[in-house]
Amino acid sequence: MELTSFERDMLEGRHGEGMALAMKVQVGTGRAFYAKRMVPITRAHVAASAQQGDIYFVTKLVEGGARCIVPPTTNPSMDLDYIEQHLWGMDESGIANVKASNEAYRRIGAVMTLSCTPEIEKNVPAFGEIVAFSESSATPYVNSVLGARSNRESSISALCAAVTGRVPEYGFLLDENRRAEVLVEVEAKVEEDFDWHLLGYAYPQVYKGGEVPVFSGITKRATPEGFVQFGAELATSGSVAMYHIAGITPEAPDVDTALGGRAPKVTVKITDADLDRVREQFAGEPGPIEYAMFGCPHLTIRQVGDIAAQIQGRRFAVDTWILVSSLTLELADRMGYLATINRAGGHVIPDTCMDVPGCWDVYYDRPGVTESQKCAFYCQVYGQRYAVRPLAQAVEAAITGEVH
Amino acid sequence: MADRLEFSCRCISEGAGEGAALLSKDALCFALCDPTTGTVIEKGHALDCQSVAGRVLVMPTGKGSSVVQADGLYRLIINGVAPRAVVIERPEPVLVSTIIAMEIPLVDEVDAAFYEAVADGDYVVVDATAGKITVDKSAAAGGEA
Repeated sequence: MELTSFERDMLEGRHGEGMALAMKVQVGTGRAFYAKRMVPITRAHVAASAQQGDIYFVTKLVEGGARCIVPPTTNPSMDLDYIEQHLWGMDESGIANVKASNEAYRRIGAVMTLSCTPEIEKNVPAFGEIVAFSESSATPYVNSVLGARSNRESSISALCAAVTGRVPEYGFLLDENRRAEVLVEVEAKVEEDFDWHLLGYAYPQVYKGGEVPVFSGITKRATPEGFVQFGAELATSGSVAMYHIAGITPEAPDVDTALGGRAPKVTVKITDADLDRVREQFAGEPGPIEYAMFGCPHLTIRQVGDIAAQIQGRRFAVDTWILVSSLTLELADRMGYLATINRAGGHVIPDTCMDVPGCWDVYYDRPGVTESQKCAFYCQVYGQRYAVRPLAQAVEAAITGEVH
Repeated sequence: MADRLEFSCRCISEGAGEGAALLSKDALCFALCDPTTGTVIEKGHALDCQSVAGRVLVMPTGKGSSVVQADGLYRLIINGVAPRAVVIERPEPVLVSTIIAMEIPLVDEVDAAFYEAVADGDYVVVDATAGKITVDKSAAAGGEA
């Protein structure tokens, strides 16, 4: 790989050990993919996680003197104060991890947005912009919905990109790799937000290959929330970081353009039966639930408003947690939604992820409800038994205390 | 020594490591290994109930979300139950950057003959820096070497 003299200096440690380590990861990754050079980025999002492995690496960079050339936004961890006031059983090592993670990311120069939806607020790339986004639900959105260019970055490689201000040029940064090779003929009805969850989870079950797909047969554009969830489920059920939807996403005015004028390598069909299979897989057991968890990825102000309208004048029967960005929380307060939800006994919490170890122990091995297959999938390791329902139905379950 | 076979490979993450081969037809996410024993806990995985501890892991590629792969591998390392080296068929960005950062030897583009020759439990030496893999068939006992 050809490096500029500045890049070579960074790699050889003339800008500190931290910078050298970041360059080593970047150059090593670039070589693995036969990148010819490094290219500058203008945005980054790091999946800071308050997990031990991540804290180890960011601390190593910071202590080696690294500071971000491009300040990245960050993924959520935990609002310690709110949790301490409203939950019990907090684990000391969990508290220590959150504090250590926040401190290290502040020192390295990250912007502490603590939200997993940077692509719809605070860090929204433009068409064609080269970026490094590591939240697996955000990457498909920036590539596919916005037409910006990011590879499927790990928490580590995106942080290295923020530190060095550049990425190796390979994969989705290059035109030839952004063209679709799989044609997905969608015969299922895809209209509501929840249909996008189901389609996103179903596609990698129907076709396991890693090529870029183009979906045809969809006539109604997803809402921003629908697109966020579609990407989240694609990246949970598979590793899809780039897709096209013919007639809807910007690099796919039609199927032929998305395919780059070539015939598809593979054609697959997705029917209502495929979506129903996902619905069944995540249906859970009918019966009482003990908590409701919404916002994986974080809910938007529109969704919080919908919940407020639904709960108006009633009360939640079980602990109900609505996970949002700090901006959404502020807006919810201004709009009166926060007061409505709090009066009904619900929590709206910023900066927090449902998968931070040490935070949600009281719900481990218990039945709950959520709107997100991604949440249900990753929280299995804690024994959490989620029934997944469309948001309005899930809110109804939180009000009655049971799922049907 | 007819039992010792040598193959060329490409270095992705430098260093050297050796141990009994552990062959997987499935991609692995390190977060789905028990952090204290290295035993794979993913249901239906080719390696379900087998441990990666001290082995040379041979698999198609990696999988798993942007965060969990790094945390999973880190826990295996601090508990001393990480694989000694990893051999893959094709690179995947999350796995590659994670393994380089965690300083485990990683290679790909191994001679096709390697995959015909190697069996579970063969003693394998991966010298990633030199781009060389040695397989010792005589040590094949199917367990710890």
